[in-house]
Amino acid sequence: MKTNDVIFQTVAKVVFFMIIFFAVRIFFAGHYYPGGGFVGGLLTSGAIVLLLLAFDMKTVKKGLPIDFKCLIGLGLLFGAGTAAGSLLFNVPFFTHAYDYFQLPLFGKTSLHTAMLFDLGVYFVVIGVTMTIIQTIGESE
Amino acid sequence: MEILMCMIAGLLFAAAVYLMLSKSLLRIIIGTGLLSHGTHLMLLTMGGLKTGTVPVLGENAAAYTDPIPQALILTAIVISFGVTAVFLVIAYRAYQELGTDNMDQLRGTESDD
Amino acid sequence: MINLPILPILIPLAAAIVLIFLSKSVSAQRIVSVIASTATVISAIIVMAKVKSDGIQTVDMGSWPAPFGITLVSDMLSILLVLTASVITLCVVLYSFRSIGSGRENFYYYPIVQFLLLGVNGSFTTGDIFNLFVFFEIMLMSSYVLIVIGGTKIQLRESIKYILVNVISSAIFVIAVGFLYSVTGSLNMAHISVRISEIGSEPIITVLAVLFLIVFGLKGAIFPLYFWLPGSYAAPPAPILALFGSLLTKVGIYAILRTYTLFFYHDQPFTHDILSMLALLTIVAGVIGALAYRDVKQILIYNIIIAVGILLFGIATMTEESIAGTVFYLIHDMIIKAGLFLLGGIMIYIAGTSNLNKMGGLIRQYPSLGWTFLLASFALAGIPPLSGFTGKLLIVRSGFAESEYVGSIIVLLSSLAVLYSVINLFMAVFWKTPETPLPDVKKRTGLLFVPAAALVVLSVLYGVGTEAVYPYVMQAVDALIQPEIYIDAVLKE
Repeated sequence: MKTNDVIFQTVAKVVFFMIIFFAVRIFFAGHYYPGGGFVGGLLTSGAIVLLLLAFDMKTVKKGLPIDFKCLIGLGLLFGAGTAAGSLLFNVPFFTHAYDYFQLPLFGKTSLHTAMLFDLGVYFVVIGVTMTIIQTIGESE
Repeated sequence: MEILMCMIAGLLFAAAVYLMLSKSLLRIIIGTGLLSHGTHLMLLTMGGLKTGTVPVLGENAAAYTDPIPQALILTAIVISFGVTAVFLVIAYRAYQELGTDNMDQLRGTESDD
Repeated sequence: MINLPILPILIPLAAAIVLIFLSKSVSAQRIVSVIASTATVISAIIVMAKVKSDGIQTVDMGSWPAPFGITLVSDMLSILLVLTASVITLCVVLYSFRSIGSGRENFYYYPIVQFLLLGVNGSFTTGDIFNLFVFFEIMLMSSYVLIVIGGTKIQLRESIKYILVNVISSAIFVIAVGFLYSVTGSLNMAHISVRISEIGSEPIITVLAVLFLIVFGLKGAIFPLYFWLPGSYAAPPAPILALFGSLLTKVGIYAILRTYTLFFYHDQPFTHDILSMLALLTIVAGVIGALAYRDVKQILIYNIIIAVGILLFGIATMTEESIAGTVFYLIHDMIIKAGLFLLGGIMIYIAGTSNLNKMGGLIRQYPSLGWTFLLASFALAGIPPLSGFTGKLLIVRSGFAESEYVGSIIVLLSSLAVLYSVINLFMAVFWKTPETPLPDVKKRTGLLFVPAAALVVLSVLYGVGTEAVYPYVMQAVDALIQPEIYIDAVLKE
């Protein structure tokens, strides 16, 4: 079944980036406002699914040459690594460190180790959802 | 409000049980989804509803919502998301391999290979 | 180092992460698996030594003080079970090299085993009831993958039933935790215990006790809820079966032991009578299955159910002696079940079938396998001085002391039934003349045999060295019989 979906494909290319930026925005909002790694990850994978719908799996794989299973491992590495960092400082596991920094462009920003953990969650969610969708989608 | 929520949770459970007792594998999976929704609603109700404001201890500490049930639900939602995904993929594979999604034909304990 | 109790959980997690990246190279996966499993065993031994000398170890995760945050608690019971689980996993990993097949090895078998160990060790260690649910889910999720890995028809068919049963029990678990939270206002197990003893024996607590019994009973396979176990456990190959049979149901039993000694000990005439009745029915159901089947896997699987019944009877009697017996028997049963399933796997591999009627005569070519299996059978039945004896003796003696005559006699008779069923198995597989003569070529089983035999030897040592293990077990029992020890250690009052 080959349909001519040129409008869909053109729109998808633009909307993809909009969703990605919104996902990043949601991800960084996560610490004080609604949002975070889980939602951000779901949004990002939603964007990739949109590409999968507009194009086929081969094209998307060419454009995004990522092994999503490795992404799960990477995410877990971030998560466990952040938590295990507390082993080095001999404080209880998962202890959270944070401070305020004066960054150029952003102004006064609070940076947390929890954000690194959230980054891990973000990667794991993308990895998991994309692996599921690819596994089911591939066999068709 | 709590009573209403309990009734809705009960309704979801009833629907889930009905679906899980049907023969089609897909309906069973939708049933497990409803079951976990009912559970989460129940969990939310357990913490008490409408007790004031957001689940953050602010300056007026008299009014806040208990954050624990919400944290528990968040965890439970993520877990049920994962389990449902695994279940769906395995059901799909089983449908491909066994050629049926009818539970009647998946009966028995004898080994066939 | 204050994070010591976390190590037996963290090492499998780290190993699993590394193994995900190594999915292309099987030999690298094997090496990392063995190193990680050994490291887990060593860390468990270190923690055990620490618990022995300094008492219960706790870690408040994220530096949140005890009743508010999640606390990991390594008391003697936890760490003994963690150590046993880690040793079993090491042996199963070694056994898997030659038996699991490259198809499964390439599809994330080793990382999933590490995730399973992470879930099991976490369930044993955690001191937070909702965290227990989370670790249960990690364990179950790994078991969903392990039961279906390889994707044969029977595995797919059974995995659907297995997942469905466990999804339902997880939902009930969450509801039970929700109820418990709304009644006590806490999730920390020590804190819940304090709150419940303030409330006393309200009917709602009894309802909760039964709700938790249903949840853990579904995982631990007690009488009316064991129906899913024989079918599901027979589906996967021997090493996975050994992991399931020795670890998964025992986590359910551990949870019952923990909750019924820490939370629900106020209304004993009701709750513990139910438990005792269910225990005896479980034993009877298991015995019927073990005697009825003519299949290696099924006979051993029904022996799991018998052991679950005996353990529950020990918990239901609820005296210091019976709890000591339960702990002894729990550790014994984990080791010996893993050993028996691995030996059974070798037998199935040699004969090419698990049907007793088609097997026979293996003793001629595989004498060491035969005698090891016989030794393991005797240990399972509890013949002194082997390891099953101490636990059973303590359970039965305390049963008689509490005038639970019927129950104690059923436990004693069940030992005879167990002995009969496994000796029957031994006779059919090793002694009987086979219908079709065995091929002259001997299959190589050396690398399969070593880990299985190691578990049996460990079990024998555990039986002979009961005196040496006794102080450790009694330290575990003290914290169970006197919840104050556990509570004080966690809440640091």
